[in-house]
Amino acid sequence: MNVQASSDGESQVDYTHSPWLDPSATPFIQIKNINKQFGAFTAVNDVSLDIYKGELFALLGGSGCGKTTLLRMLAGFETPTSGSIIIDGVDMNGIPPYERPVNMMFQSYALFPHMSVHKNIAYGLKREGVAKAERTQRTNEILEMVELEEFAKRKPHQLSGGQRQRVALARALIKRPKVLLLDEPLAALDKRLREQTQFELMNIQEKLGITFVVVTHDQEEAMTLATRIAVMDKGDFEQIGTPAQIYENPRSRFIASFIGSANLLDCAVTKRDGDFYSVSQPGVDQPIVVEYDGELAVGANVTLAVRPEKIHVEKRSVANSSVAQGSNQLNGVVKEMAYLGRLSTYHIVTDSGVLIEVTSPNQSRYRDGNHPIDWDDEVTISFAPQSAVLLTE
Amino acid sequence: MAASDQLTGPWYARITGAIHRNLTSLIVGIPFFWLLLFFLVPFFIVLKLSFAESIIASPPFTSLLDWSKGGFPEIAINTENYLYLIEDDLYTKTFLNSLKIASICTIICLLIGYPMAYGIVRTQGTWRYIFLLLIILPFWTSFLLRVYAWMGILADQGTVNDILLYLGLIDKPIKLLYKPIAVYIGIVYTYLPFMILPLYANMEKLDSSLREAAMDLGANPVSTFFTVTLPMTLPGIIAGSLLVFIPATGEFVVPDLLGGGNVLMIGRLLSSEFNANHDWPVASAIAVVLLIVLVVPMMLYHKVQAAEASN
Repeated sequence: MNVQASSDGESQVDYTHSPWLDPSATPFIQIKNINKQFGAFTAVNDVSLDIYKGELFALLGGSGCGKTTLLRMLAGFETPTSGSIIIDGVDMNGIPPYERPVNMMFQSYALFPHMSVHKNIAYGLKREGVAKAERTQRTNEILEMVELEEFAKRKPHQLSGGQRQRVALARALIKRPKVLLLDEPLAALDKRLREQTQFELMNIQEKLGITFVVVTHDQEEAMTLATRIAVMDKGDFEQIGTPAQIYENPRSRFIASFIGSANLLDCAVTKRDGDFYSVSQPGVDQPIVVEYDGELAVGANVTLAVRPEKIHVEKRSVANSSVAQGSNQLNGVVKEMAYLGRLSTYHIVTDSGVLIEVTSPNQSRYRDGNHPIDWDDEVTISFAPQSAVLLTE
Repeated sequence: MAASDQLTGPWYARITGAIHRNLTSLIVGIPFFWLLLFFLVPFFIVLKLSFAESIIASPPFTSLLDWSKGGFPEIAINTENYLYLIEDDLYTKTFLNSLKIASICTIICLLIGYPMAYGIVRTQGTWRYIFLLLIILPFWTSFLLRVYAWMGILADQGTVNDILLYLGLIDKPIKLLYKPIAVYIGIVYTYLPFMILPLYANMEKLDSSLREAAMDLGANPVSTFFTVTLPMTLPGIIAGSLLVFIPATGEFVVPDLLGGGNVLMIGRLLSSEFNANHDWPVASAIAVVLLIVLVVPMMLYHKVQAAEASN
C-alpha cells in the first residue's frame, strides 16, 4: 500500500504507485453496473469496478465465475445486458471489437495457423493500413523484444508452447493498445516456464506502461502479477484489493479459503478489551485473543481465520521457553506431517479436538534426515493476536 | 500325448501372432482387393475395348490378339477410335461443353453451399442437426425420381410457369425444360449436398477464437472473412468442388432427362455411342478420355492434400 508516516504523524499516500487510493484520480477503465444474462443464467451480476492507467489488474475466480465474460465484454465480443464500460473516457457501448483501443491475448493463443509468425504479428498493423516498411520494422522490433527473431518465418505449429505464447503476446501488443486483455495467459505452460514467464510479463508491462487486465483461476499467478486483484464468485466481486490486502485482510470465509489456505473456526465473542476480542469455540473453554479493529458485540458469531504459516509450532518439551508473551497457545498432537523441502505442513489436533493446519519453514538443515517434529509428537502451537482475523461473512 | 500338447500351444500362438501382425495389412488389403476387382479390372476391359475395332457381330468388337497367323498371336492395337474423337469436332465440343457446365455448376454450388454450410455451423443446438438432416434428406428418394419431379416443375405447364403466370409476371409459358438452364438447375440441385457436407465438416472444426482474434486486431467482418475464414476453409472448398465437379462432368441422367437432345454432355454422348450406335470401341475411348480429364484435377487435389498434411 506504500503508506509512509510523515513528520506530523499523518500518513502520506504514494499515489503514483497506488492510483486507486487517490480520490482525485480518473479511472482509465470504468465498469459501471455491468450485468450479463445468458438466457436465465446471470453470468455477471451488476458489478462496478475502476481500473487505473498502468495497472496490472487481475480478475481471479474459479470456472464459471464470470471473469471471462467480463473480459470478453471489455474486448467487445459480448454485449452487456445492462450497464456501461468506459475506456479512457469513451463509452464502449455499440463499438465493435475491431474499433476498440484494446487487444486481447487469447487463452488458446488463437494464432492464425496459415500465417507465419511474422504475418501473425503484423496482422493488426496491416488491418490498420500501416505501410509495409513501417510494418516490417515494428514487427521486427517486437520480435526482438520477445526474442523470436529467428522464428519469424516459422508457422505456429512449428513452435513450442512458450514460443507460441510469446507470439500471441507480441501480436496483441504491436498495435500499442490502451488496454491489453489476457485470458489465462500462462495456463498452457508448464510450471517452470510459467514462473519465468510471469516475470517477463511484468517486465513488459512496466516497460510499455500499458494497462493489463488478466483473467486467471490461479491465485498464485494473480498474486505474483497483479497490482490489484478482484476476486469473483458467481458473477459478483467478492473482494477487490492489493494481493496483500486480500491475503491478510480477507473479507469473507470464501476469500480466506480461496486465496491461500486458512484455518477457519466458528467462534462466538466472549469478551472485549479495546481492540482485543476474546473468542471461543462452542464447548471449548480456552478463549483465543484476536486484535480486530471493527465493532463486534459480545455473543456475536464470528469466524476466526488464521493462516497456517502464521502459527508457530514447537515440541511441547521446548515450547514453554520460546512462546512469545501474549500469544495464543494451544496444545495438540501431530496427526499428519508432510515434508515439502523448504517447508513442512502439519495437521495438528488440539486437546479440544480441533484440526489445525500449520506450515513451518525448515530453516535449519536436518543432516541426519530426521525431522525434529514427527507423527504423534506432542506439540504446542501459538500465534499472536495480530496474526488471526475475525470474519463476519 | 504330452508331447503333442506341448506342440499345439506354440503352434496356436504362432498362428495368432501372425494374425495380429498381419491384421493391419488385412484391414488395408480388403479395400485394395475390392478396388482392384471392381475398379481396375473393368477399367482395363474398357481400355482394351478402346483399342479394338468395331464390327457387326456379337460381341461387336475385334479382339486385340490376332491368332490367325498361327503360332504367336499378334497384338492389333487400333488407335482409330482416339483419332476419330479428335477428327470429329463433335466430341471436342461435347467435352468442352461438359467441362463448362460442370465448372459453372460447381461455382454455383459453392456460392449457394458455402453460406448454407456456414449458417448450419453457426446454428446452435437441435436446429443444427435438423438442418443437416434436411441436406441429407433428398438421398432418401431415388435420384431418378427426383429428376422426373424436376421435369414436372420445369415443364411448360409445370409448377414454375404456373406460378409465374398466376402472378402475372409472364403472359405465356417460358421454355425451361430441354434448355441448358434445366440442366444447370438439375445438376446444381443434385450435387449441392456434396458441396455442403465437406464444407460443413471443415467449418465445424474451425476455432471461433481465430475469427475473434482477427476482429480484435482490427479486421472488420469482411476482412476477417477474406483473411481468416476463407483460407482456413480452403480444404473444404477444394473437397466439395471436386465432389461436385467430377461426377457433374460425366453426368448422364440430368442432361438426358432435363436437357433432351439440346444440351451436349459427354455422358449422354457416351451412352448413345454405346446403345444407339453400338460402337463399343468409340464409347470406350470416350470413357478413357473422360477418365484422364477427371484424373488431372484429382491429382491436383491430392497434391494440395499432401502439402496440407506435410504442414
